[in-house]
Amino acid sequence: MSDLTDLYQDVVLDHGRRPRNFGPLEGATHRAEGLNPLCGDHFTVYAKVDGGVLREAKFEGSGCAISKASASVMTGAVKGKTAAEIDALFEKFHRLVTEGPKAGEEADLGKLAVFGGVHEFPARVKCASLAWHALRSALGGKAEPVSTE
Amino acid sequence: MTPGATQAGETLRRPAPARLDPEAVRGEFPILRQTVRGKPLVYLDSAATTQKPRAVIEAISRYYEEDNANVHRGVHLLAERATRAFEEARVKLARLIGAADPHEVIFTRGTTESINLVAQTFGRTRVGAGDEVLVTGMEHHSNIVPWQMLCEEKGASLRVVPVTDAGDLDLDALEGLLGPRTRLLAVTQVSNALGTVNPIDEIVARAHAKGVPVLVDGAQGVPHLGVDVRASGADFYAFSGHKMYGPTGIGVLWGRREHLDAMPPWQGGGDMILSVTFEKTTFNALPYKFEAGTPDIAGAVGLGAAVDWMSALGLPAIAAHEHELLAYALEALAGVPELRLLGRPRRRAGAVSFLLGDVHPHDMATVLDRHGIAIRAGHHCAQPLMRRFGVAATARASFAVYNTRADVDALVRGLHAVREVFA
Repeated sequence: MSDLTDLYQDVVLDHGRRPRNFGPLEGATHRAEGLNPLCGDHFTVYAKVDGGVLREAKFEGSGCAISKASASVMTGAVKGKTAAEIDALFEKFHRLVTEGPKAGEEADLGKLAVFGGVHEFPARVKCASLAWHALRSALGGKAEPVSTE
Repeated sequence: MTPGATQAGETLRRPAPARLDPEAVRGEFPILRQTVRGKPLVYLDSAATTQKPRAVIEAISRYYEEDNANVHRGVHLLAERATRAFEEARVKLARLIGAADPHEVIFTRGTTESINLVAQTFGRTRVGAGDEVLVTGMEHHSNIVPWQMLCEEKGASLRVVPVTDAGDLDLDALEGLLGPRTRLLAVTQVSNALGTVNPIDEIVARAHAKGVPVLVDGAQGVPHLGVDVRASGADFYAFSGHKMYGPTGIGVLWGRREHLDAMPPWQGGGDMILSVTFEKTTFNALPYKFEAGTPDIAGAVGLGAAVDWMSALGLPAIAAHEHELLAYALEALAGVPELRLLGRPRRRAGAVSFLLGDVHPHDMATVLDRHGIAIRAGHHCAQPLMRRFGVAATARASFAVYNTRADVDALVRGLHAVREVFA
């Protein structure tokens, strides 16, 4: 039986309490909003892309511990990556939060592996994915806020 | 088959005992025996949907095992039995809410459909360009959106009675908002998010004094407080079966006879007609004018059984038990550090919304779920109300007749566990 500590690991709680890269981004080249209407998670994700590489990402907004921690860890994980690399990373992250950890993928996931427990809490998958959807929407140049619905 | 003409369907009525036995009541709900994540289920989400007593579940099964046929048409025995069971349920509901006439009880899919029905028939004929429809700041989306859509369609404006910091309706503001262009007031009897009980009789009286008809959302009102629609003076009253120990998919619109007679039909089809030709079709009398197609017969039977079940306990005994339990809960919750209740209305029933420190309600609900406790986290289909209180979401614990003090104690223990996780 899955434990709460599988979901609320120390790192997750830490990032939820003191999110990294939190705040507006001066000179952002891309931005998008993400909304989880079910519980009110609402974030704006900013990215500064230069020469096809994401130099910096930040986020603002409010939401549950999982969504905030996920956004926080994400902004660190995508730094220095191209859009294609970010997409590939998201695929792995999405697999992690819906199916659980898979042998061979932990190295690629790095810090993102702390969300390995989310798959046992299906109602929280959308929380964990929200910031990623927003970031990908920003990089894809979409205007409307992205929703988890 | 006319409603009210039933014969042998009267249930034997014993006088209801004054106090109910919570453990005995709880024992009638099979679903409450299960464990969740290894812990006993503590179900505190009855405002979302209530659990069903064995009597209701069995009534539905028995209908399908013994009486099932289509209603109002057939000449054979099963059709007779199905029709009688269906129409008896209608009579029971009329009696429950104090309606003068079962013809005024329309079966719908639920509160939402009932309100849409009124908006699209009564609303469309009464509301024109430049008119106003009045709702309140504590309404469920189902009692906002149909009116918004009507106003959009007609070029009318939606006005809103404000909610005080205490979570009550601002009755002085209501007075000011009942104007010469106000065509209808839609108001909830009990708030599903805050638990606020509104003084419906007084509100209706004020509205009528200005010539404004009133639709009351009774979804939370019926199971916790009951209603006497004639005494209240309301023009329309809507409620859902699944919020009052009945099955999902069935509900009621009650309307005053003169309104229902004047309203154009809503959905077209079988049963709501008297005769059909391609040149002209004439419509059926009440209540069938508004009941197109084969109804949820089993749902109506189940709802009738829920009415019987509630009546056997007695609505006053149910209300007294819930009132005591809610008082116990409010006191217990006040003892949890950093817990903030939303609103302190004059009168409360059924539900309480709260926040715990800066823990997001979603996280609270996940932790509580791991302890077997089911609460609701989110905006409770009342986004405007949430915004009014400056929050995106709250946690909501809602009670029904099968809840006990042990449930409240478990919730409090669970909230302490939440604090530990997020300390």
